[in-house]
Amino acid sequence: MTSCDAGCVLPANSFLPFCVDNLNKESLTLYVQMIKSKVDEEDYWHSSKFKAFTFDDEDDELSRLKESRQAVNNIRRLVEEDDDEDDVERVSWSGEPVGSISWSVKETAASSQRADREPAFPKISTDTPSISRSQSGYSLSSLFKGKPKVGNFQTFSDALTDSSVRLYAPELRKPKSEYKDYVSDWSPEETVQRLQQGKAVSLERFRTLQDKLLLLDHAIAAHDGNVITAVLIYLKRTLCKEVLFRELESRQTALRHFIHYLSETQNQRLLLELHRALGKAEDAALLQYKEHLSITDENKRRDFLKNCLSLPFSAEDLAHVQDHYTLLERQIIIEVTDRQAECGGKVEIFQKFPRKALILNMPLITTLYYCCFYHYAEPEGTFSSPLNIRQTFKISEKQYFVTALAARAKLKAWLDVDALFASRNWLGFTRKKSPLSFQRVVDILQKNSAPTHVLQDYVALVDDGELRLTLAQKHKCHDIVISTYRDMKDRQLLLGYRGKVVRGSAEERKIDDLLSNPQIRWKN
Amino acid sequence: MMRLRRSHLICCAASKEKMAAHLSYGRVNLNILREAARKELREFLDKCAGSKAIVWDEYLTGPFGLIAQYSLLKEHEVEKMFTLKNGRLPPADVKNIIFFVRPRLELMDIIADNITSEDRRHSSRDFHILFVPRRSMLCEQRLKEQGVLASFINIDEYILDLIPYDGDLLSMEYESAFRECYLENDQTSLYHTAKGLMTLQALYGTIPQIYGKGECARLVANMMLRMKREFAGSQNQILPVFDTLLLLDRNVDLLTPLATQLTYEGLIDEIYGISNGYVKLPPEKFAQKKQGEGSKDLPTEPKKLQLNSAEELYAEIRDKNFNAVGAALSKKAKIISAAFEERHNAKTVGEIKQFVSQLPHMQAARSSLANHTSIAELIKDITTSEAFFDNLTVEQEFMTGVDTDKVNTYIEDCIAQKDPLIKILRLVCMQSVCNNGLKHKVMDYYKREILQTYGYEHILTLNNLEKAGLLKPQTGSRNNYPTIRKTLKLWMEDANEQNPNDISYVYSGYSPLSIRLTQILARPGWRSIEEVLKMLPGPHFEERQQLPSGLHKKRQQGENRTTLVFFLGGVTYAEIAALRFLSQVEDSGMEYVIATTKLINGTTWIKSLMDRPESPTQ
Repeated sequence: MTSCDAGCVLPANSFLPFCVDNLNKESLTLYVQMIKSKVDEEDYWHSSKFKAFTFDDEDDELSRLKESRQAVNNIRRLVEEDDDEDDVERVSWSGEPVGSISWSVKETAASSQRADREPAFPKISTDTPSISRSQSGYSLSSLFKGKPKVGNFQTFSDALTDSSVRLYAPELRKPKSEYKDYVSDWSPEETVQRLQQGKAVSLERFRTLQDKLLLLDHAIAAHDGNVITAVLIYLKRTLCKEVLFRELESRQTALRHFIHYLSETQNQRLLLELHRALGKAEDAALLQYKEHLSITDENKRRDFLKNCLSLPFSAEDLAHVQDHYTLLERQIIIEVTDRQAECGGKVEIFQKFPRKALILNMPLITTLYYCCFYHYAEPEGTFSSPLNIRQTFKISEKQYFVTALAARAKLKAWLDVDALFASRNWLGFTRKKSPLSFQRVVDILQKNSAPTHVLQDYVALVDDGELRLTLAQKHKCHDIVISTYRDMKDRQLLLGYRGKVVRGSAEERKIDDLLSNPQIRWKN
Repeated sequence: MMRLRRSHLICCAASKEKMAAHLSYGRVNLNILREAARKELREFLDKCAGSKAIVWDEYLTGPFGLIAQYSLLKEHEVEKMFTLKNGRLPPADVKNIIFFVRPRLELMDIIADNITSEDRRHSSRDFHILFVPRRSMLCEQRLKEQGVLASFINIDEYILDLIPYDGDLLSMEYESAFRECYLENDQTSLYHTAKGLMTLQALYGTIPQIYGKGECARLVANMMLRMKREFAGSQNQILPVFDTLLLLDRNVDLLTPLATQLTYEGLIDEIYGISNGYVKLPPEKFAQKKQGEGSKDLPTEPKKLQLNSAEELYAEIRDKNFNAVGAALSKKAKIISAAFEERHNAKTVGEIKQFVSQLPHMQAARSSLANHTSIAELIKDITTSEAFFDNLTVEQEFMTGVDTDKVNTYIEDCIAQKDPLIKILRLVCMQSVCNNGLKHKVMDYYKREILQTYGYEHILTLNNLEKAGLLKPQTGSRNNYPTIRKTLKLWMEDANEQNPNDISYVYSGYSPLSIRLTQILARPGWRSIEEVLKMLPGPHFEERQQLPSGLHKKRQQGENRTTLVFFLGGVTYAEIAALRFLSQVEDSGMEYVIATTKLINGTTWIKSLMDRPESPTQ
């Protein structure tokens, strides 16, 4: 049900009310009218503002695609024997171009599958680290634990830097400062530079607070996240929280990096303390709230959310978190009850329409739909009553209406559907009212495969005459089409429509009656 | 008024090594950069002597594919390649195991798992890590915590800062750059940008003029100047290829990526997503129907196509408004059909020989035409749908300033029918940007509807969008968007899609703000729009870099100048199309090369700002 992770903005909308594969006049008129009804402005369509990217011309440029398609097909017949030869590039079974890296990864991996079954021996600790293995030029231990092992330390990283620099010569040649003697005390600036180049350097010599901060400021000036983080890790280890937090407050960049570091390493507690210390209570609250996503057990998650309610959210966010908690609490209750009902086998609706998924952690509107589906008639006092949910979460009238309509239509409970509109009546008027346009109502009903006789009632309520007619034609609401043509006194159209209804049907008779009615003064 | 720059007929079935030929057709030969990157890769591989297997962070295979083919690796004794995953490494009789990975903590855990499950008694394989694009302190620390850091003989980095994407296009493929810069205030990507620009200058000469707009632009320029100072003493003796560098912050123009791109390439990206120059398409339209065969076994695997200027037809149509693509294809179809008909006229042996020699070219052209006709048909199905049309109408209303201050019914309806959340966010953000923030009531309404329909956990995403400035409550200040729109002529009533005379054709009316800024910089200069520049976020500036005396260019009469435009935080294909259009307008006197942290569209961009429930391992 969640559509948030859909990758594409432009889904091929499968439930479009009508198919617009071909650029036919009919559907285009419909566009025009829909737009009209949307803005209620006669001249909207005719104003030049929105003329761009329209498709209102039979022989527009796009239809020339057909010519191209034709040509392609013709030529294909001509050269088809050679088809394999002329591909832009070779493509493997999986659709990857042969010879590309991603393809080769799969290919070489597959070829080694055969030998995969080696006898598995119990693992014995062969803890004899060879000396050569600790050569890795740039380990954190060497960074933070006093002096680096100077001996063969430089080999790899320096060799590499050299070779890569040669490529970019002359401008990227090493700055002079690098040729300094190894054991010397690096200045903060030099230390930062060495860190940037991935070379070993000791930070321990920065002992006083002032030195440390100077180092940090140089790191910040270099804008290298890696270096800033390295310095921060050192500061975190050697400074007390209060001092560190205080100093970070005036160094926003470093602060951000520190926050990033703490969240990457999942040091939640320090992170919260930091936020609080900085007076960023709201950020801290959100951060803590975020943790609920990793809790899978629904009861634990609910309890966690409950605890979140005491966090210093902004008033607005707090209301949402409160709703989140209330919703999950309810879902848990509903889930338990409904599972029992389903297993008991006594409640008809669960037998007829077995539940496909748990309602836990679903969005509110999905929950409302569920309750409109399974618990529609319940009194307002119960947790699962749609009306109760609507009240509790202050769901807008429109949202409630759309959801209830879709759920009841899905069940083909046409009386309920009818009642939804009837309940909008007042003073005994029988006219149906809706917070939605009737066009949308028809759309929703049609998506839930409402039969023509139901659709007809709602198509008839569409205000705009032209739109009503188009919808009626589309959904085969013959009566509406026929009476509209009659009202238009358009004999020709009526005659034309006669060909579209089933021969010998009541509709055909109705048309014939009208056509032979001498009292109508046809305009054509 | 237009002149075609790449009029060569390129043989598409070129051999692998020639496949990067399209990089050298542009004004600037970007193949040099690619060669440099390849050289460095070879050098690293040779450093691990003996046979090797590479374990790939799958994400990297895309960007690496732009630099090298498997054949290059094979030449350097790479015998096996695996995808990085948990558990024991597959057996491979090689001396070296090299991990090619991004510096990400979750990947370190997988590597650690690989190494601890290795059966030490039976294998004596050497391990190496190559971090792309940079080593990371945090990652190495994580490896150390897991007790495996000492197992590595070699920990290196492969600085893949700027990857040549096409003849006039460079990308860092740094997906999280925008999020890091504007949400997390992490400037690491800017540091890489500056590094990349230094590399570029080392290869193509010092760029004498630097312009910029935005906080990040300012920072990158500062870093570049600083790096240059640090290397003072060694003068770059290469004649400058670029005259100007323009650095643009993405947050100077938040509007453009939110709009639906309407160029051919832009639409392919919007609908199917172009990733590292490849697109995956639904296979149905590409089925080769041979005579006598039933259409029963349609391919189920998506069709994967490479898209770049090496393909002549694609280079011709990629930047056109989609409404002009049909005509271009049908014109091409006629030419190709006519060429095939020529065979009837070939009478003499010489003529037949001539015809046959042309055949490979013709068939490549035919195959290319077939592919693009299929793609265009797929796209047309979508652009002619009601949903697409309605969405576009609302976008255009917002961009022209219609009713941006109230709740939009279309957005409301889309939420009610549970359209994809990203679509909703794109529209709401666009409304906010075009209204210089939303009224409290409107904002609260949208938020509530979104949270109720898509789940309360999206509080986090909404907060992110607010922090990034894409969604904001209206403050007391006046809505300055109309002024910006009018001054920069962001909306053109008479956008000509078929024969464009202005960049607005790429969005059928809307001219991307970023490109207007670029255009105005070239002529008449930013001084003419000081007022508007002040309304846009961040400083604007100009810097000059001294050239050694011998290197001042003596410009030939009528010779074009070259500007490198760097988009910090991402650029869309439609913006690229607009810049290519400007390059091609006769007498503009300016050619553009484009660089960016990442090629984006509204969807991928918003997605990068979302806080997703699942952990983003891939």
